[in-house]
Amino acid sequence: MSSHDKLLLAGILTVGLLAAPALAFDFGRPATPAEIKLWDIDVGPDGKGLPDGSGTAVLGKQVFADNCAACHGDNGQGGIKDRLAGGQGTLASNTPVKTVGSFWPYATTLYDYIHRAMPYPTPGSLSTDETYAVTAYILSLNGIIPADGKVDKDSLPRIRMPNRDGFIPQPEFDPAKLFRRK
Amino acid sequence: MTSKMPIESSIDLLPRPAHVSRRGFVGGLSAGILGAVASEAAGAETLADVPDRGPGADLGAHSERSRFVKLDRIPEATPGKRNVDPGDAINSKTPHQKLVGNITPTDLHYERSHSGVPDIDPAQHRLLIHGLVSKPLVFSVEDLKRMPSVTRVVFIECTGNGWENWKKADPDVTVQNTHGLVSTNEWTGVPLKFLIDLVARDKSANWMLAEGGDGAGVDRSIPLTDEIMNEAFVAYGQNGEPLRPAHGFPIRLVMPGFEGNLNIKWLRRLKFGNEPWMTRWETARYTQLLASGKARQFQLRMETNSVITQPSGMMQIQPGYIRISGLAWSGHGKIAKVEVSTDGAKTWKQAQLAQPVLSRAQVRFQMDWVWDGKPTKIVSRSIDEQGNVQPDRQAFIAAMGTNALFHYNAQQTWSIDETGRVRNVLA
Repeated sequence: MSSHDKLLLAGILTVGLLAAPALAFDFGRPATPAEIKLWDIDVGPDGKGLPDGSGTAVLGKQVFADNCAACHGDNGQGGIKDRLAGGQGTLASNTPVKTVGSFWPYATTLYDYIHRAMPYPTPGSLSTDETYAVTAYILSLNGIIPADGKVDKDSLPRIRMPNRDGFIPQPEFDPAKLFRRK
Repeated sequence: MTSKMPIESSIDLLPRPAHVSRRGFVGGLSAGILGAVASEAAGAETLADVPDRGPGADLGAHSERSRFVKLDRIPEATPGKRNVDPGDAINSKTPHQKLVGNITPTDLHYERSHSGVPDIDPAQHRLLIHGLVSKPLVFSVEDLKRMPSVTRVVFIECTGNGWENWKKADPDVTVQNTHGLVSTNEWTGVPLKFLIDLVARDKSANWMLAEGGDGAGVDRSIPLTDEIMNEAFVAYGQNGEPLRPAHGFPIRLVMPGFEGNLNIKWLRRLKFGNEPWMTRWETARYTQLLASGKARQFQLRMETNSVITQPSGMMQIQPGYIRISGLAWSGHGKIAKVEVSTDGAKTWKQAQLAQPVLSRAQVRFQMDWVWDGKPTKIVSRSIDEQGNVQPDRQAFIAAMGTNALFHYNAQQTWSIDETGRVRNVLA
């Protein structure tokens, strides 16, 4: 904080003390654990944030048909929106096809994204088990888990996606090196 | 992609205009760039033809544009998909060919949204800051407005800017089509560092997840480098007024010089952790596929860039005096100089920069030129204060391939044929 900011803060502090018992730098209010839980939806590549529950690709096929196929096509291909399956082996060609199977490096991201953003008209409307099921189905469409496979919070982070090693961090912001020198 | 070149010790930012004969100058003024002004120039041959003065319209609560001025963004989809139904658009582009100066009008600032524009009541909006902090806090918009603030003019650029020209150049596009995904506004808000001090971030928390309140809940992992800690802020003001909904109302993150999608709109959550979250947008989407088939990730900074906006694609010029004008910008800092070639990148002349030149803001450049009526190509290149030079297309494609989709900053060439038609070409 610059000395100017400190001065400004001191001024606000003084006014705050005169005006109200609360200190002026107590902006906002404490967040309660219960309300944080409502919004704390992110899932990390280590599986942190994944909820209890599970889903099978078999159930996922039905959930997908009901909620996803209209935009993404019957088998995750041929729809009006992003293609979800196939494309493996095309990334170095002149017409790369980027799908969950050919491009996405982490299966955990798939759960996170479906849960936060899909289905497009009603994001977050699928139950936890339905979200796991659609995740499993999309992975099965790409041959990453079997057609009768199942995923949960323990198995999902352990899935090694085909393009897991397909990313090269920009040196300036490489997470493996960025804050190590300090 | 940028290359390094030593900055000249003394940079003449206000060079003498190129030699222009008085006859050429005056004669050219009425000809010049016809595409944009032809219709306005007609209609008043002598002063007697100019309409009489008289009382005007009533004063209003706010001003509208003249009925003679038509300025619109263009909603578009992916490269080559133009003139789409607004429901299918994923972005909306700034009409740089019709604008002057450095600042983009608020309603014409480009827009990129991933799940439409949410209709947020600011009284009901909250910002949660939590994770590896001592005091997780919830802020209202009013809380933020009471805090010490900063105001800065900065560009925001979608990483997809320029993506029309990765593989081929459609000749029949405007600079709005090719470069309409960058704009410059003045933003006002609370320094990120002030908020971080309030929640008492854990020293080990070097990464921050920023998440929007849109339907997609767009989220990005942001490394808390010293630079970002000093520069980022949570904005509630845009060109002196509350943010427009398309640009994040009531609050957004502003990350000067960094990828547009890091400037999270409708901001509702900041979470601190010690490694990136690998969200969909930083893995599957905003990564750059190289020729090798590997993708460059965390290419967070926007590059050194420039484009000639007048004359530009689809305009028509006539022989004589032409004032070349354009915009330059860099995520690395200030623009040091802009050079313009009117002979297809064989020789270059230094352009004038509109003062003041601000760090991580677009700056207007201009240069005098007399077109002799022969086919040629015009192109600009910018150099920033760090010595980064905007690359030519050949060097750029050699480094990035043609599949990257994002972070296109190669020099933009406009061809001019013998009839004065200005068209988009690769080089």
